[in-house]
Amino acid sequence: MSRPELVAPPEIYYGDIEAKKYTNNTRVQQIQADMTYRALELLNLPQDEPAFLLDIGCGSGLSGEILDEEGYNWVGVDIAPSMLEVALEREVEGDLFLHDIGQGFGFRPGSFDGAISISVIQWLLNAETSHPTSSPPHRLTRFFTTLHSALRNPSRAVLQFYPTSDDQIQLITSIAQKAGFGGGVVVDYPNSKKAKKVFLCLFVGSGGAQQVPKGLDGEEVDGDSQAQFEKRREKFSSRGKNGRRKNIKDKDWILKKKELYRQRGKEGVPRDSKYTARKRRPVF
Amino acid sequence: MVRLITHNLLACHAKGCTTNNFPLKLQDVVVEVREAEFNADFLRGFLPRIEWTALVNAAKELGDTSLPLEMPEMVDDEFLKNLHHVLLEIHVDEGAMVCPNCGHKYPIMNGIPNMLLAEHEIG
Ligand SMILES: C[S@@+](CC[C@H](N)C(=O)[O-])C[C@H]1O[C@@H](n2cnc3c(N)ncnc32)[C@H](O)[C@@H]1O
Ligand SMILES: [Zn+2]
Repeated sequence: MSRPELVAPPEIYYGDIEAKKYTNNTRVQQIQADMTYRALELLNLPQDEPAFLLDIGCGSGLSGEILDEEGYNWVGVDIAPSMLEVALEREVEGDLFLHDIGQGFGFRPGSFDGAISISVIQWLLNAETSHPTSSPPHRLTRFFTTLHSALRNPSRAVLQFYPTSDDQIQLITSIAQKAGFGGGVVVDYPNSKKAKKVFLCLFVGSGGAQQVPKGLDGEEVDGDSQAQFEKRREKFSSRGKNGRRKNIKDKDWILKKKELYRQRGKEGVPRDSKYTARKRRPVF
Repeated sequence: MVRLITHNLLACHAKGCTTNNFPLKLQDVVVEVREAEFNADFLRGFLPRIEWTALVNAAKELGDTSLPLEMPEMVDDEFLKNLHHVLLEIHVDEGAMVCPNCGHKYPIMNGIPNMLLAEHEIG
């Protein structure tokens, strides 16, 4: 199967039909959710402080729904109107913008406590026209410089993406560095064809102990990433029930929202579980 | 959905538009009020990030005059409740945001502002 970003521009590829297909696919939902949780771990936000986050390429809200569940306020931007429409239907709580991240952001300096991006920035590696502002390096530069200024000092941005080569990773990290970011690439399960995931973990300022976190590895077995993630999460959650983050939304509030979604016939509302409204802790 | 919390962070990002490009002027707006969960800690943490005059004026344009003209030094419950409402519960569904400097108009449809620039406006 050919990579989506080679098939058509994003706002065309994610048209009405693909937007629905993508969003309703339970496997996609699970993978995007897992990567969002992992991105939040890598974001390493200060405990007990509420945060205002940016979801870059928020799409139909699969990543944003996790931010809602975790009690964050957030803003989402995406270039595909059909994806945003699905996000509206699913009633995510973030503010949504139709926006091409390759054109840069207009957010005031220090607007966000952190940013995540799940399965998006590989799209910036493809030029759509011959106009100079549409060359990948130009768009990446615009993107990273304006993102850097939109973030608070110190803070982090964690961007999971699908590179096709080491050259692409090299290009992206070097432009991010020129834009002022520290940090680097974290690769989870590098030896597993299926479970391997690349996260660009970027730092603004010194940000505490700003060392590039280690990737996950080892026991990961192809096709078993699910169990691995769950086990790992359980471990963190048992690390102490005190110090529950204050901005975490009330369990009652979340259950109320979910009930509301169900009544409106929303598909794919996560089941209530012992994980609902539960605190997740960073790994390192 | 645009709420004033994001409007307050948003400047024009058109090419060469770097001064007097904030706040974007709200135009022909249709608003809707939706309940959001109150969180005093979030509001306190967010307060230093707010451009106060821009917020007070934007709220006024949307018909809410509950905020004091100056950011108060003492933050009490009533103030936080009003701030919560202004920042997080008033949604702009339709209308536009217009740059006070270059005049670029960012239309808002179905709660979603269109921030896309034409090729000649890209920095
Ligand atoms: C695989 S989806 C991921 C969506 C969401 N983050 C998730 O986890 O489900 C990739 C998204 O990136 C968006 N995208 C691609 N290029 C973009 C650009 N230049 N600006 C903004 N969004 C873009 C697409 O429209 C699409 O919604
Ligand atoms: Zn302007």
